[in-house]
Amino acid sequence: MASLKEVKSKINGVKKTKQITRAMNMVASSKLRGAQAAMTAFHPYAEKFAEVLGNIAGRTGDETSPLLVAREEVKNIHVVLLTSDRGLCGGFNTKLIETAEEFIQDKIKTGIDISFTNFGKKGRDWCRKEKLTRVDEYLGVVGGKFGFNVASAAAQKLINGFLDEEYDEVHIVFSRFLSMASQPPVVQQLLPVPVTEAAGKIQEEEKEEKKGYMPEHICEPSPEELLNAMLPRNVAIQLYNALLETSTSEHASRMRAMDNATKACDDMIESLTLAYNKARQQAITMELMDIVGGAEALRG
Amino acid sequence: MADNIKIEIVTPERYVISESAQIVMAPGTLGEFGVLPGHTPFLTSLEIGKVRYKDAGGHERIVFVSGGFAEALPDKVTILAESAERMEEIDYERAKAAYERARERLESRKENVDYARAQAAFYRAAARIKITDSGGTLH
Repeated sequence: MASLKEVKSKINGVKKTKQITRAMNMVASSKLRGAQAAMTAFHPYAEKFAEVLGNIAGRTGDETSPLLVAREEVKNIHVVLLTSDRGLCGGFNTKLIETAEEFIQDKIKTGIDISFTNFGKKGRDWCRKEKLTRVDEYLGVVGGKFGFNVASAAAQKLINGFLDEEYDEVHIVFSRFLSMASQPPVVQQLLPVPVTEAAGKIQEEEKEEKKGYMPEHICEPSPEELLNAMLPRNVAIQLYNALLETSTSEHASRMRAMDNATKACDDMIESLTLAYNKARQQAITMELMDIVGGAEALRG
Repeated sequence: MADNIKIEIVTPERYVISESAQIVMAPGTLGEFGVLPGHTPFLTSLEIGKVRYKDAGGHERIVFVSGGFAEALPDKVTILAESAERMEEIDYERAKAAYERARERLESRKENVDYARAQAAFYRAAARIKITDSGGTLH
């Protein structure tokens, strides 16, 4: 049985830890609110943009923009990996990295070159450790406050790389925020802009047409030119969206992890207190025995 | 016509404006255009510049937009911009600083200068300054 003092200092230590985890939980929950607000604020823009884009895409062919055309031979794939900068958020980063790893494994086997853009320190550290080609890194974005300009600058770089044929495909690995309890990691193709996406929107548009919605838009400049102007921005929008969702997921994940940690601290304090009381009881009993024994001896 | 048209200016970060207007003027890529209620569906890209509209009370309002897209429908104009501010919200000092910075970059002619980006920044700052300097008058 551990000595009284030892148990006591252990209890104090756990209590301190509990204070920290609880504080982190609260910080994460307040940041989560901010991140969720940013996501909500972004929705109207994204929705409207998708609607307008779908509208034009439905009227132009697939070959209007080089950003739509899939390369016949894919030799270089670029992966944008979104992770957090900091740990203590459960399996959040591990899940994202595993997803990225799984995604590139088959590709490497078939001799495709893989390169990375990292958002977040954890993903960068992993790429560094695995000696993967890193093109760009952005720290202090995920989980913090960032504007659309971050996404649009990064997207422009990706697009340039794609147009210069440095990459034949660009994919993004990020964490989708479905709910507080579920944030699955997903891989999404950024470039070339997936045809299915455009097709899905055309269907939506057809639905609208059935409603007898309205005559076709007059476009200025031509639909093709508009599409060419909109597609790069669409990449930025997807990226921005991914950043927002990953940030929100990170905070949700950290909140949950810290909540669990706080609960674990409670359990630990409980069992330690029990041990402490037992030890104290035992010590008292021993002392009593001593006194009684001493008294008996004197009387005798 | 007594009818008003709804104007919405949306950026990725927030709703800048959502109200009703008598007329909306916006800087299209192929020239400035005006929208009155009952406009035919119309879609265009926008230049960096100012959107002007007359609110329901007949007051002239000016909003800075950094390019983007506009969709006009018979009862609604939606403007999607990467950034936008009402004239009153423009940070004049910041625009001035950005203006100087961009100009320096453009004039330096160094290899590592992203020319297109610096130029866009220059135009944005210049437009913001111009709007503030005009003090809300129309020219």
